[in-house]
Amino acid sequence: MTSARFVSSSAWLPLGWMAVFLLLPVAILLRVSFSEPRFEQPPYTELLVIGETGRWLWEGTLQAWRWLFEDPTYRDALRGSLAMASLTTLTCLLLALPMAWAIARAPLAWRTPLLLAVILPFWTSFLIRVYAWISLLKPEGLINAALLGSGIIDAPMLILHSNVAVLIGMTYAYLPFMVLPLYATFARIEDDLLQAAADLGATPWQTFMRISLPLAWPGVLAGCLLVFIPAMGDFVVPDLLGGPDNYMLGTALWNEFFRNADWPTASALALTMLLVLLLPLALLQRLQRREDPA
Amino acid sequence: MNTQARGTARLGFLTAVSFGYAFLYVPIVLLVLYSFNDSRLVTVWGGFSTRWYSSLFENQVLLTAAWRSLQVAVTSASLATLVGLAAGLALVRLSGFRRGLLMACFGSLLVMPDVLIGLSMLLLFVNLEQWVGWPAGRGLTTVSLAHLTFASAYVAVVVRARLMQVDTSIEEAARDLGARPGQAFWLVTVPLVRPALISGWLLAFTLSLDDLVVASFVSGPGSSTLPMVIYSSVRLGVTPEVNALATLLIAAVALGVISAALINRFLSRPDSQR
Repeated sequence: MTSARFVSSSAWLPLGWMAVFLLLPVAILLRVSFSEPRFEQPPYTELLVIGETGRWLWEGTLQAWRWLFEDPTYRDALRGSLAMASLTTLTCLLLALPMAWAIARAPLAWRTPLLLAVILPFWTSFLIRVYAWISLLKPEGLINAALLGSGIIDAPMLILHSNVAVLIGMTYAYLPFMVLPLYATFARIEDDLLQAAADLGATPWQTFMRISLPLAWPGVLAGCLLVFIPAMGDFVVPDLLGGPDNYMLGTALWNEFFRNADWPTASALALTMLLVLLLPLALLQRLQRREDPA
Repeated sequence: MNTQARGTARLGFLTAVSFGYAFLYVPIVLLVLYSFNDSRLVTVWGGFSTRWYSSLFENQVLLTAAWRSLQVAVTSASLATLVGLAAGLALVRLSGFRRGLLMACFGSLLVMPDVLIGLSMLLLFVNLEQWVGWPAGRGLTTVSLAHLTFASAYVAVVVRARLMQVDTSIEEAARDLGARPGQAFWLVTVPLVRPALISGWLLAFTLSLDDLVVASFVSGPGSSTLPMVIYSSVRLGVTPEVNALATLLIAAVALGVISAALINRFLSRPDSQR
């Protein structure tokens, strides 16, 4: 056996794994989305049944899909997800730009600790990080207590269970995903280039806008996609920090499955989510492929 | 630009950066502080106390769930490291269609929303049980399989990054000296990517320990993991016990990440001098 054949044969493990645990499940999602819910195990109808004449009969239905298109709740959920994911991406970008720039231009010895400090929260439980915001945002929480105490407001603000709370929570949860790719591209920009711009009379702001940002464009795009894609389907943040009007795709899918036990509609919602994310996913792939022409 | 304007710009920039870091850490620091608060109320400081920690260790539901989560995390992280290693190898050394397919699959898994992974995994398990009778029912096995799948994508990324820096000529030298391809790989290349395997394992472990959504879909009755138990108590309102538990988890993770960084630095050093 040659080395090439060793690599080739060991590749069957991940390939086979992905075929069974990623591609097959998506095919099953599609299949279930054409069923109807029923009170049996499994809780959805068969697509093909043997009729009385002994022939196969197609029993599939478009009911779940029809609901998705006709019920305004789902349209609102899609719109809510798109809006919240875009807004989260924007706030993450605005927060991450100065942070990533500062890390990339910090003295060499400082960079690893500064970067580690951004990654560390990502390693701690997502659930706990979202939970931490509850006690900060609630009416008798610390933010309101501080603002009331300092006399800035005279009645507690209702932040928890609002759009603002969801935005804060999502920005908080996904910020590291934006900082890392931005840092990676900023770090590659040569100091000489910035020095040259300064020598030619550019202000730091001009240098940043005209040189650094255009050069870091792939990192900006990658960061935006890394935030936008998971934010589109987030469940934990809108569920814990949002109110009843913060209906998003993730919460809609969760409710269909866990509350209504409607597996077909949940599957159709999952496929809708996948379809919406297909373009950003493909874009992310292309970006990563350009990173390493192997 | 005059010095004063430059100074103002610099001040604004520093403010933005510190705001970013404060934003990341203030909630965590407050959570830790209030886990030592004697009062049940969040805004009232009732003095220093460790009572929530002692009541935590008497909470059997939480302890059982924590033990379950640990088992799942160790199993899935270990197997994910194996799959991730094979995937990382394929991503670096393969070319053509199979590489493209692997890139697409693992790349998508990295960012795919949890609800999507959870539901599709559940449907897979339900159907597999119908077709081949395995896995029978849902429980810790199905949770481990699902965690293993998404965690392997993260391991693959870490392994791939490291493997790209490894010089293939070392493996070729081993081959020239008579090692079989598998031997050359296990004896030469695997030790070289060991730091990546360790940090990949740790990453997979934390991801598994952290996962609420996927586990909620694929776990069965009586197999609630720690995040699932935390979630249901959080839904009922903030409890100081959860603060204490969160603090312990944060401490464990911080310790793990810092030691992983140190191990990585320690293990990488001899290679860079080579």
